[in-house]
Amino acid sequence: MAPELIDPERVKQELLQAYPAKVGRKRAGQMVVNRKDTPGESPEIVANVRTTPGIITQRGCCYAGCKGVVLGPTRDIVNITHGPIGCGFYSWLTRRNQTRPPTPESENFMTYCFSTDMQEDQIVFGGEKKLQQAIQEAYDLFHPKAIGIFSTCPVGLIGDDVHAVATEMREKLGINIFGFSCEGYRGVSQSAGHHIANNQLFKHVIGRNNEPAPGRFRIGMLGEYNIGGDAFVIEELLDRCGITLTATFSGNSTIDNFERAHTADLNCVMCHRSINYVADMIQKKYGVPWIKVNFIGAEATAKSLRRIAAYFEDAELSERVEKVIAEEMERVLKAQAECQPRCQGKLAMLFVGGSRAHHYQLLFTELGMRTVAAGYEFAHRDDYEGRQVLPKIKIDADSRNIEELHVEADPEHFRPRVNEERWKSLAESDMELNDYAGMMTDMEEKTLVIDDISHHEMERLLEIYRPAVFCAGIKEKYAVQKFGIPCKQLHSYDYGGPYAAFEGAINFYYEIDRMVNAQVWSFIQPPWDKHAGPTLEAAFVKP
Amino acid sequence: MISALSNPTKGPAFAASRNSCKLCAPLGACLAFRGFEGAVPFLHGSQGCATYIRRYTISHFKEPLDIASSSFGEAAAVFGGRENLRVGLENVVRQYAPQMIGLATTCLAETIGEDVPMLVRQVMGEMRGRVCPVVHVATPSFSGTHAEGFRAAVRATVDVLAQPGPRHAAVNLMPGIISPADLRYLKEIVADFGLESILLPDYSETLDGQAWDEYQRMPPGGTPLDAVRRSGAAQASIELGAWGDPERSAAGLLSARFGVQHIPLPAPIGVTHSDRFFAALERLSGRRTPQKHRDERGRLIDSYVDAHKYVFGKKAVVYGEPDLVLGLVGLLVEVGMAPAVCATGTRGVGLRQQIVAMAPELDSACILEGVDFVEIEQQARAAHCDLIVGSSKGYGMARRLGVPLVRVGFPIHDRIDGPRLLHIGYRGAQQLFDRMANALIEQSQDNSPIGYSYM
Repeated sequence: MAPELIDPERVKQELLQAYPAKVGRKRAGQMVVNRKDTPGESPEIVANVRTTPGIITQRGCCYAGCKGVVLGPTRDIVNITHGPIGCGFYSWLTRRNQTRPPTPESENFMTYCFSTDMQEDQIVFGGEKKLQQAIQEAYDLFHPKAIGIFSTCPVGLIGDDVHAVATEMREKLGINIFGFSCEGYRGVSQSAGHHIANNQLFKHVIGRNNEPAPGRFRIGMLGEYNIGGDAFVIEELLDRCGITLTATFSGNSTIDNFERAHTADLNCVMCHRSINYVADMIQKKYGVPWIKVNFIGAEATAKSLRRIAAYFEDAELSERVEKVIAEEMERVLKAQAECQPRCQGKLAMLFVGGSRAHHYQLLFTELGMRTVAAGYEFAHRDDYEGRQVLPKIKIDADSRNIEELHVEADPEHFRPRVNEERWKSLAESDMELNDYAGMMTDMEEKTLVIDDISHHEMERLLEIYRPAVFCAGIKEKYAVQKFGIPCKQLHSYDYGGPYAAFEGAINFYYEIDRMVNAQVWSFIQPPWDKHAGPTLEAAFVKP
Repeated sequence: MISALSNPTKGPAFAASRNSCKLCAPLGACLAFRGFEGAVPFLHGSQGCATYIRRYTISHFKEPLDIASSSFGEAAAVFGGRENLRVGLENVVRQYAPQMIGLATTCLAETIGEDVPMLVRQVMGEMRGRVCPVVHVATPSFSGTHAEGFRAAVRATVDVLAQPGPRHAAVNLMPGIISPADLRYLKEIVADFGLESILLPDYSETLDGQAWDEYQRMPPGGTPLDAVRRSGAAQASIELGAWGDPERSAAGLLSARFGVQHIPLPAPIGVTHSDRFFAALERLSGRRTPQKHRDERGRLIDSYVDAHKYVFGKKAVVYGEPDLVLGLVGLLVEVGMAPAVCATGTRGVGLRQQIVAMAPELDSACILEGVDFVEIEQQARAAHCDLIVGSSKGYGMARRLGVPLVRVGFPIHDRIDGPRLLHIGYRGAQQLFDRMANALIEQSQDNSPIGYSYM
């Protein structure tokens, strides 16, 4: 029996203390103590709302989500940042996107950072001319098949029309050129940027090539960004199972693959936060059903593979999948048995992403570790509470500004992949057809769920819970480690990884084992050892 | 020694930047503000700027760096960010109880033309209870780089805080963007002359801290604000890596407003530049250079003599902030290397003029201002360079050219020792020389069929 957790309500009050009343009220809605008394229902949380000015947030901006996250890992598109230099520079390979061009000569523009490097003149008189010139230069240099234009804050304000420039240059050069209105001030976080990016891909890229990839079992992978080579191991795994990957959005991706993404027979959604709406749109327009998958965690990987096999209803495929799972699980269990005794019962916290904080809990569970607090950086309510909550989410001014595309079945290319009867049985199965569970469902009772955690709250949590490991990003890493607590970066993986699929799970076990048990921590005397006394901390059970 | 290149001043005139060799102005400002005790950097504009800058700077320093933001949304972008600024400043004051807030503007606030000084006056006037000085600096990236943002932030801090007073013997030091290790060494040198130094700024502890016994929200260190106040009555300001209009530097301001003697010097990188710095300290202190430093200089010269054959005549590519490039060129020239390509992303610094004034033989070298890495790489390839000296951003180029990269300056995000690298003074020259010579030796060793292992 696991030791009882400290009273999370008290922790919550403790965290809120530092804020002025109004800010405190707002933050209180974004901090929820998990309850599991009503099956299928999670407590309501406030999410996807603006960060209060002056509160140090983990969040980035719309541009970061659009350019860095979604289009960052696509190798054969030239991305031009339209704006002053900073935004382009900071998004230059910083997400550690990896890609594998088929030959050394194949197109790969990811290592380039194009920017119009706007100067005062363009701010005053407009930057469209310079943008045209930049597009022409990029074209002359590389003759790429596509060019994307990413707007930074000043662009929308000075009234540059990047879409008009894109249209003009598309006609002039005869290649696919499209723009993104992803100015940093739009929306409340990078989530807005994901949406803007995906909408444009849907409008300008998906559906341009109707030639399906060869293969019997064709799937699309949505919301996998190839951090640390995750997409590579997933690709290899699917390949071993005989499953064809038509396109991944957008890890290790190409424009060519995006163009025929709609020819898959099943879409698998991994990070639902960043892309569930694309899965919906492809389903509506082209008839490709989508299910939820997750390749983080060995169990979850096995489950996802079985879902895919079950969807295709093919005995041979199922057999092959089972064989792969059996082979891999042997290695996985061996690694688990080695690492688990040293990690068992230790506490973890995850504050990252829009799905990662959920998915990585499964890996910790496999190590015998407990997640006591978790939250997302840019999630919406459905990521916490489950997709069923979508109709209940109030649309506010910030979400209204993000375009919702109106999609109808394509008269020529809509092709239902399953009949009504089959759809019904899929919907009744545990396949999560058009569905995903929220993070809270998978968390223990009395754990703390915090949306858009602030720097201050993070510090207090560390002091109060003294977790064995804290998962976040580079901005938090060194503050966490000043507490004598290891911080695992789940954005860049600390240049480790891959952590996806079976191979990734094994990597993760060893990594966490090392982090949690490394000798170096013994040299740092943590504050609570010095000041044991009648403080709030002292009242908590040390697991 | 240096072959004339096809296009010695500027590559083809590209409108776009391809792999930029400069960062944005607010980054420089945040870095500078972090060097004042109890200061919290605050960016007025989009929250993404604070996040990007934190993300980037932290990967170099590997230390926490809190930067607050007024987190503009669409409404603020259209109607102005007064309310965001008010709430933001109030929250920062409440959470950090800072001694100072360093308020830099982002492109967004600058584009909509926010009257920040007025807003700050209003907002701070309304704030009850604790208040602290707010130092505002305008840092639109469309008219300046990180190097300029840094200088502007130091100048703005001095502008707000420095006071007149009876002249005292302390020396103001404007070090420019150098490593925390450099800053610590700088303090040591000046102290060895028996002088008090006022570093403007000093992030040697705040951005290269220790493991703490107790968590501290505000990292210890930074130049105390009282010292900044006293900078107006210091006996002199030594501005290292001085370039451009003195009116835009803190030392220029202190000279014009309070008559503090302004001593502009190149960044003390290499023997020649360091000698000038030590000479200035001798003059100001009335003391000879202490034996410890004379010994270090002696050992450095001895190593130059012993090892110059490994570097002599080698063609180097140098890039970075203007002051760093100028300093490095001094070092390269004095050991007999040929700085074939000298480049900075900053514009309007008179880099050619300054380099040629220092080393007339470099008149035919490729000296570039306002350039990007694609252009630097083209010139490096044309020059058949042997060594690249600069930030981690040159790694791709080094890899493609098959030439070693000696990492210096900022940003160094693919090695662990960025904040601990020494560049300045005799000790820094020793490290740089050793690292450059070793890089070249390693290259020829690796490429040798025998793999020589004795000197």
